[in-house]
Amino acid sequence: MIGDGVPRLEDERLLRGQGCFLDDLHLEDCLEAAFVRSPYAHARIVSIDASAALALPGVVAVLTGVDAAGELEPMVFDIAKLVPDAVREATDPQVRIHPLPALPADRVTFAGQAVAMVVARDRYVAEDARELVQVEYDPLAVVVDAEEALRPDAPRVEPSWDDNVAISFRHEQGAVAEAFDSALAVVEETFRLQRQHASPIETRGVAASVDEDGSLLVWSSTQTPYLLQSFLGRWLPQPPESIRVRAPDVGGSFGSKHNCYPEDLLVPWAALRLGRAVKWTEDRGENLAASTHGRDQVHRIALAADADGRILAVRDSVVMNAGACNLLGLVVPYNTFTHLLGPYAVDSFEFDIRVVLTNTGIVAPYRGAGRPEAVFAMERALDRLARALELDPAELRARNLIRPEQLPYRTGLVYRDGNEAVYDSGDYPELLRRARELVELERFAPLASERRRLGVGYACYTEGTGVGPFESACVRIERSGRVTVLTGASSQGQGHRTTLAQIAAVALGVPVQDVDVVGGDSAALAQGFGTIASRTLVVAGNAVAEAAAAVRAQMLELSPEEVPRAGLSATSVYRPGPVTWAAGVHAAVVAVDVPTGVVEVLRFVVAHDCGRVVNPAIADGQVIGGVMQGIAGALYEEIVYDEDGLLLTGSFMDYALPTAAEMPEFALAHVDVPSPLNALGVKGLGEGGAIGPPAAVANAVEDALSELGVVVRTCPLSPSRVRELIRTAKVNTVDSAL
Amino acid sequence: MKPAAFTYHAPRRLDEVLALLADDSVDARVLAGGQSLVPMMNFRLAMPEVLVDLRRVEELAYLRVGAGGALEVGACTTQAQLLRDPRVRSGWPLLAEGVRHIGHPQTRSRGTVCGALAHNDPHGELPALAVALGATLTVAGPGGNRRVAAADFFVSLFEVALEPGELLVEASFPPVPPGSGWSFREIARRRGDFALVGVACLCTAAETRLVVFGTSTRPLLFSDADEVADALDPLDDVHTSAEYRREVALELATAALAEAREGTHG
Amino acid sequence: MVEVVVNGRPFAAEAEPRLLLSDFLRHRLGLTGTHVGCEHGICGACTVLLDGEPVRSCLMFAVQADGAEIRTVEGLAAEDGPLHPVQQAFHELHGMQCGFCTPGFLLSLTALFEQQPDANEDELLDALSGNLCRCTGYANIVAAARRAQQLLAERA
Repeated sequence: MIGDGVPRLEDERLLRGQGCFLDDLHLEDCLEAAFVRSPYAHARIVSIDASAALALPGVVAVLTGVDAAGELEPMVFDIAKLVPDAVREATDPQVRIHPLPALPADRVTFAGQAVAMVVARDRYVAEDARELVQVEYDPLAVVVDAEEALRPDAPRVEPSWDDNVAISFRHEQGAVAEAFDSALAVVEETFRLQRQHASPIETRGVAASVDEDGSLLVWSSTQTPYLLQSFLGRWLPQPPESIRVRAPDVGGSFGSKHNCYPEDLLVPWAALRLGRAVKWTEDRGENLAASTHGRDQVHRIALAADADGRILAVRDSVVMNAGACNLLGLVVPYNTFTHLLGPYAVDSFEFDIRVVLTNTGIVAPYRGAGRPEAVFAMERALDRLARALELDPAELRARNLIRPEQLPYRTGLVYRDGNEAVYDSGDYPELLRRARELVELERFAPLASERRRLGVGYACYTEGTGVGPFESACVRIERSGRVTVLTGASSQGQGHRTTLAQIAAVALGVPVQDVDVVGGDSAALAQGFGTIASRTLVVAGNAVAEAAAAVRAQMLELSPEEVPRAGLSATSVYRPGPVTWAAGVHAAVVAVDVPTGVVEVLRFVVAHDCGRVVNPAIADGQVIGGVMQGIAGALYEEIVYDEDGLLLTGSFMDYALPTAAEMPEFALAHVDVPSPLNALGVKGLGEGGAIGPPAAVANAVEDALSELGVVVRTCPLSPSRVRELIRTAKVNTVDSAL
Repeated sequence: MKPAAFTYHAPRRLDEVLALLADDSVDARVLAGGQSLVPMMNFRLAMPEVLVDLRRVEELAYLRVGAGGALEVGACTTQAQLLRDPRVRSGWPLLAEGVRHIGHPQTRSRGTVCGALAHNDPHGELPALAVALGATLTVAGPGGNRRVAAADFFVSLFEVALEPGELLVEASFPPVPPGSGWSFREIARRRGDFALVGVACLCTAAETRLVVFGTSTRPLLFSDADEVADALDPLDDVHTSAEYRREVALELATAALAEAREGTHG
Repeated sequence: MVEVVVNGRPFAAEAEPRLLLSDFLRHRLGLTGTHVGCEHGICGACTVLLDGEPVRSCLMFAVQADGAEIRTVEGLAAEDGPLHPVQQAFHELHGMQCGFCTPGFLLSLTALFEQQPDANEDELLDALSGNLCRCTGYANIVAAARRAQQLLAERA
């Protein structure tokens, strides 16, 4: 049953339209909220006059930063400051945070930031009232670009700081300078992975109601109900034990629903203040402006190699745009650091990064969370090296991959959880071999012509998965004989209701259909965490396995008839050790139409190691979903601000998500090496698909246009950008000939 | 994103529609398919005080071939209805091919031909098709009806030759002479998107009508590809440079003209 | 007063002119299976059938639907009845993950196969391209669509 493609247990009700997503919730006597949001990227709030809004029938309240200041302290995200001792010793990161008010009283720092909350009988009236709220702003100087924000004369996002650097750290190991001095080949390039947005089809939402006994129930479209519960316990004027957070059905998240947003605090606060239930559903414009963004890193990377293409050293200097707030600290930049070298044996490595505040939307983890950015830089640099050495790009990679007999492989780096980053298991050469086999370029040869050029690009990556701190599970046998599994994990489409049921069912020796998995409720378990970072199967899965094994042991003491009546249950809190390393090799086959710049991904290959597979259909679904988001980042998506910090891509008309018509053919190969680090042998796989595509597609496009001298340094490779690359390459070619 | 409040009318006759539009003391707009208007209303970029819905005006719900062989498309005819009609596919294949590129089945089911023409989105296909096919637009107003050649109808960005109180009631596409060749090409980022740039071309024995769209505030009509380069003065936008529009318009124009001249579609 | 027949049942409810059809179905009639993803006509999560045609319910006012016959996802299968072939295909082929975009896809495909049972690959992609999915990467949705076409043909 582990390893079976069991059709999903969660499907039926969703197919029948019986799902319950946040906006579907019907709360008794519920009010709805709408937020007044700043049109300026940086401005002083001079005054807010809500009198006209309050006079509108149906409007109950307009709450501003002045109201909030009395009751809600500006939020300080301690998690952003978190630096494990081993990390401190290894790289001594400088991490600065500043408080983020839920509703600012003085100053806005990005366009779309909420400055007032209107509460009314329904969303229509709330938006009418919103139009009537008069906010007077005094615009301040704006900085949008991270490298601009590093200049000494740049406007400060946080006035109490002497610069805009929220995080910086550096690391060096081996003999980098010597390696570069002695190298036969050195490539030095600057690559940029553009800002993107998770854009789940369901936007965020929060609803809150207060019971007669004063206890607070909060529904949030969140990945992490337990984190949200403790966050609210910390920041609301409400005893934590009287706060319950539940996640309803959640329509995708990809990292963007994992954070604790101002609205998560403000909606419950309004409910408490008004003594009424309040609901807020984010609209798409708000989602694109004020839900967290992803990526936006610039890498200045250099590789030193010998005549055979063996990489002697890697140097990378990174600037990351954090937007207006350092929300989650080291998570993304440290992932970039620890994933840059990937599956390659590199002895000498120098890395530095500065994470910079700007007056733009807040940047936080988005599927891959720093890894796609690292892989983009490294894999692009490898292709540049291959070209410099006139080596086949796949062959160059093959020469540098860590071999299976070298595992467990000590990278010399400390992972963000404080453990040493050691590749525990995997077969990277086999992954590459299988990927190369599946490319099948010859099949596409008939499509090629003078104007329609074919190219192939690769990207290899490793992925640390199953990070702690813990997850818990309770397994219980009901009187009906059915099994209930309570888990701290939460689902936004990953099929946990099925995979965790499979794990429990196997351990208990019962049919999987008899198992009900319940997640997403802070009251269900004493402690829980939530779903992020490709960890659920590893952490929640093993917690479920342990709890189920304990119940199984109890069952064996009894006769079958006694079991349902015996109230058997067990709870397990699973604390993983170091992360377990998944890996993959992606390959993209593209066709580029030279006169129009249109790029078509014809075929996308994934060779993947996610350890032991619990449900192949679900696993492959996760991979393909991630890949399509990665391809979207390679070709279509970009969050764009103008120089005043106004968001130009504020709707789906401008922020382009690909459709089924843009989908390539897919080929997936599994090279699954069970993890030795957990009893189930599983590795995480939620994010892997999104890690490789920007690099693979960029490499493929450059390969297709290599005769034209095109160098790809950024994405998305829109038709306009591709034509620009072709035009400027021709110019350069002409110049060099003169 | 909820629209602002408005007063709604769904009259049954054209004269009632015109009477409602004639009241210049209120900001009244026509609601046909709503595929362009309603998103703008949801964003509150458009906040008409009055909406006049055409859905019950049966006298405007027609798709017919007139006595002179022209395809007459009433204001209520949807893009889907146009595509489904076998006479359109056989008699006006350029029109059918172009309309196939508009949006998706879920938008063509509501979006009207005349609505798209009156909206005049520079990246929309229908205005270019109307110019390429030499369509005639019938405008109804307080003073009666008047007919406007498509080449004169599209004035500027989202602006057409309609006076306040007037309504586009019909688009009439003249019969395409036998032996004509045609071509329709566009570059869009995703299937069904507005065009970054596009070309619609009709070659009859008498003339060549080469229309470039997406590079200006309205479709541009040429009689040969070498007129195109100097005439284009496109703008940059968030995704696409002016230079791109210029060079790809030329590329598409050349290819479309060759295809149309070859008459490959017959 | 807006009078509609939804999934074969007549309903009448007050609706101010600006009430979107999507909100009318979801909140006036309590049929929350139709979802709202963008409210500007791009994502297709709000797709319903109106007089047999697929429409974006976020781009219609309820008053425009007065007198119409509407089908939503709740009407594809009888309450305790078997799944509609399109639903069945999505289940068999893992065509959904979070399920939020799914009702829109189901209705778009239902309309397609009712109007064009023999839809070819291009027509299939044309119908699918009006609905966005962020979870699945579309591969299984396309496979499910083909399977649904097959199941419907077998049924016919």
